[in-house]
Amino acid sequence: MDSPILRLIAQRVALGILLLFAVSVLIFVGTQILPGDVAQSILGNQATPQALANLREELGLNDPAYIRYFKWLGGILTGDLGTALTSGQDIATSLGGRLQNTLFLAFWAAVVSIPLAVSLGLIAVRYRNGPVDKAISGFALASTSLPEFFIGYLLVYFFAVKLQWFPGISTVYDGMPFLDRMKAIALPATALTLVVLAHMMRMTRAAILNVMQSAYIETAELKGLSAFDIIRKHAFPNAIAPIINVVMLNLAFLVVGVVVVEVIFVYPGMGQYLVDHVAKRDVPVVQAVGLIFAAVYISLNIIADIAAIVANPRLRHPK
Amino acid sequence: MADHETRPDGAAAALLDIRDLKIEATVYPPGEDPHDVTIVDGVSLMLEKGKVLGLIGESGAGKSTIGLSPMGYGRGGVRITGGQVLVNGRDILKVGTRGLRKLRGREVCYVAQSAAAAFNPAHKLMDQVVESALQHGVATRAEAEEKAVALFRKLSLPDPESIGSRYPHQVSGGQLQRVMTAMALCPEPDLIVFDEPTTALDVTTQIDVLAAIKDAIRDTGVAALYITHDLAVVAQVSDEIMVLRHGKTVESGKTEQIIHAPREDYTRQLVSVREIVHKEKEQSGAPVLSVNNVTASYSGDVDVLKNISVDIYPGQTLAVVGESGSGKSTLARAITGLLPPREGNVMFAGRALSPRLAERTKDDLRELQMIYQMADVAMNPRQTVGTIIGRPLEFYFGMRGAERDKRVAELLDKIEMGEGFLDRYPAELSGGQKQRVCIARALAARPNLIICDEVTSALDPLVANGILKLLLELQAQEEVAYLFITHDLATVRSIADSIAVMYRGEVVRYGPKSQVLKPPFDDYTDLLLSSVPEMEIGWLEKAIAGRKMESAGN
Repeated sequence: MDSPILRLIAQRVALGILLLFAVSVLIFVGTQILPGDVAQSILGNQATPQALANLREELGLNDPAYIRYFKWLGGILTGDLGTALTSGQDIATSLGGRLQNTLFLAFWAAVVSIPLAVSLGLIAVRYRNGPVDKAISGFALASTSLPEFFIGYLLVYFFAVKLQWFPGISTVYDGMPFLDRMKAIALPATALTLVVLAHMMRMTRAAILNVMQSAYIETAELKGLSAFDIIRKHAFPNAIAPIINVVMLNLAFLVVGVVVVEVIFVYPGMGQYLVDHVAKRDVPVVQAVGLIFAAVYISLNIIADIAAIVANPRLRHPK
Repeated sequence: MADHETRPDGAAAALLDIRDLKIEATVYPPGEDPHDVTIVDGVSLMLEKGKVLGLIGESGAGKSTIGLSPMGYGRGGVRITGGQVLVNGRDILKVGTRGLRKLRGREVCYVAQSAAAAFNPAHKLMDQVVESALQHGVATRAEAEEKAVALFRKLSLPDPESIGSRYPHQVSGGQLQRVMTAMALCPEPDLIVFDEPTTALDVTTQIDVLAAIKDAIRDTGVAALYITHDLAVVAQVSDEIMVLRHGKTVESGKTEQIIHAPREDYTRQLVSVREIVHKEKEQSGAPVLSVNNVTASYSGDVDVLKNISVDIYPGQTLAVVGESGSGKSTLARAITGLLPPREGNVMFAGRALSPRLAERTKDDLRELQMIYQMADVAMNPRQTVGTIIGRPLEFYFGMRGAERDKRVAELLDKIEMGEGFLDRYPAELSGGQKQRVCIARALAARPNLIICDEVTSALDPLVANGILKLLLELQAQEEVAYLFITHDLATVRSIADSIAVMYRGEVVRYGPKSQVLKPPFDDYTDLLLSSVPEMEIGWLEKAIAGRKMESAGN
């Protein structure tokens, strides 16, 4: 029973790793074509040509591109992401805490949004085309149509300024008590939830409705099952693959696409870190963050693929 | 009329009593306003405990719709708008959703035509079989599973102890159909609705499933509504038969009376539908098509065709028979060049055809046309009948304008459809008309050979009969040869001049019809011939007892 399914999974993982290497090349090339000179931006306009040349030599900027790529790649594979040009700090150390913060925020946004989206999708199917369905769809679409920065500021205005329930600036620090931390991320997590909710809900609804046309749904109806049992037991398991796919895409967004929300709430995560260093033309940091985002994105998609393979009884239990 | 049921007043002795049923649906025809149509009108029937009533009619007669009414279920927006449906004495049209849920899967169960589609692919068979019993609290899980295993055994399923732990895709079609019967029997219902349970099966598998269903009905004492379009099948299992047409009752009575002494014309047609007398033609001259020692495979390791040699003579029909998976359609693919054979060759009118489709000349293509089982997917839904038939005229003969239109009109005339159909789209035609248009399209190329792949299998018996008659007439007029692929031996008798019986990629019996159908038979041909249901009470038992080999589906 193991051979075809293991082969498929191994294939996906291998493809993912290959893709990650391709992305690393793209990121490297991309950052090389960016206009501007790192040495210049570190030393400022008043720097003497000699000082610039010395700094370039020191940073290894005079080596050919491919040598710098392999140096960089070798460093990453050994856990060394390099040093930030602007601050001279080790990127891996300063990134570690921020990655944790981003994952913390994404995790809680996911914990709220995924079950909520899937249950709303199920409810929408149960009362399809009725007022409940329309209300759910309307709310979800409205929340998606609003840009995330707008939702962010709305939340800040009502819950931080008017009601003063939550802080408007989500500062977190090491050793912060858990509940305080939760309180700090309440607003950004809500904003993220509202952004990803509709997409997942609509896809859940569509995937289940698609399955509801099947003959085995009629069989279930003719067994006397209630509408919810039919959706839960008979439709949902067969709609799981497309649902997992869209959930994973949104999870990826929660990690990778949080830049705007993090900036609005001044949350010390990856997104903010990236934006800061893009402004300072700190190429090693941009490369490292880009690669981490790509890795998150690719691995979540691999997980979605594998989950879809495992969810298929034909692959799990071959003849 | 002495034996005809008279309805007792008040006291409901009957298990199922349908009175003056009216069922409507809203249709949305293209280019017209949506409107209501009556699907079933004024049908009354009665069924006692432990009896089997057969509902028979062509598609659109409303038999499935009536069959689902004892469960208060309407498929795809179908509504029960009048009459009464009494199950165990209470009118189920008045019990509401909750009441219906208590009835479905408890008092009345359903066996669908395609068990393969009716089982949930995500769950094990056992979980699905015991589901209704658990849902309605009829038994505990352990009891229900024990009962299911007993039913699997009774329905002669292989490995009754462990088949429940398989998933639907791991079990063959004939076995799934029996598992579905077990699923219907598991909660010990009073009534089971069988909706064409054997129609999708091979003829050799059908007989096993039919026997299993019949035994199960007898041993459990459950009543049944048995829906089918095949009168010979229903005659084997039913006590009474009701003939339906256009949603109305044509006639109903005891099985024996319906098949031996039908009162209505329509029933008489159904009973005699299989009888086209076709005299075998002498084989003369050189064959138009010779398949010589063809061996072919899809992936490389398994040969789907093994050393096949057959000849077709001009103006004659070679019927290729066998069950699904025997390689019939693959043979057609090898001949048309869609699947180049690994060994052997195909000669057409004395010259060798290139094995690959891409290397054949336009004239090779023209000489060899095809008609398919599914007429509606073989036509472009956005082209009119005129365009569809006119296309080969333009492509092969360069006909344009009035010349082409004249020829299209001639062809429409040949297939007994008037010029009024020129501007119709395929969606506006009935199944039989669609197949006729496909025939006209094939004829338009003036071919020497037409490959007919199960062309009547998707059609109702009477319509199929019309198509066969048309094909025979056209053969007489146009001198065209047919390679006729079918699994239906009655069709073979009606149309063939010679027959090739295929089994697992090999031709096991081949020759003129009179010889192939003359005993002594090889075991497989015997199985195939003896599996064709005959319009005779007690045929099933005789056929099962007289078989020499097990069917492949078992």
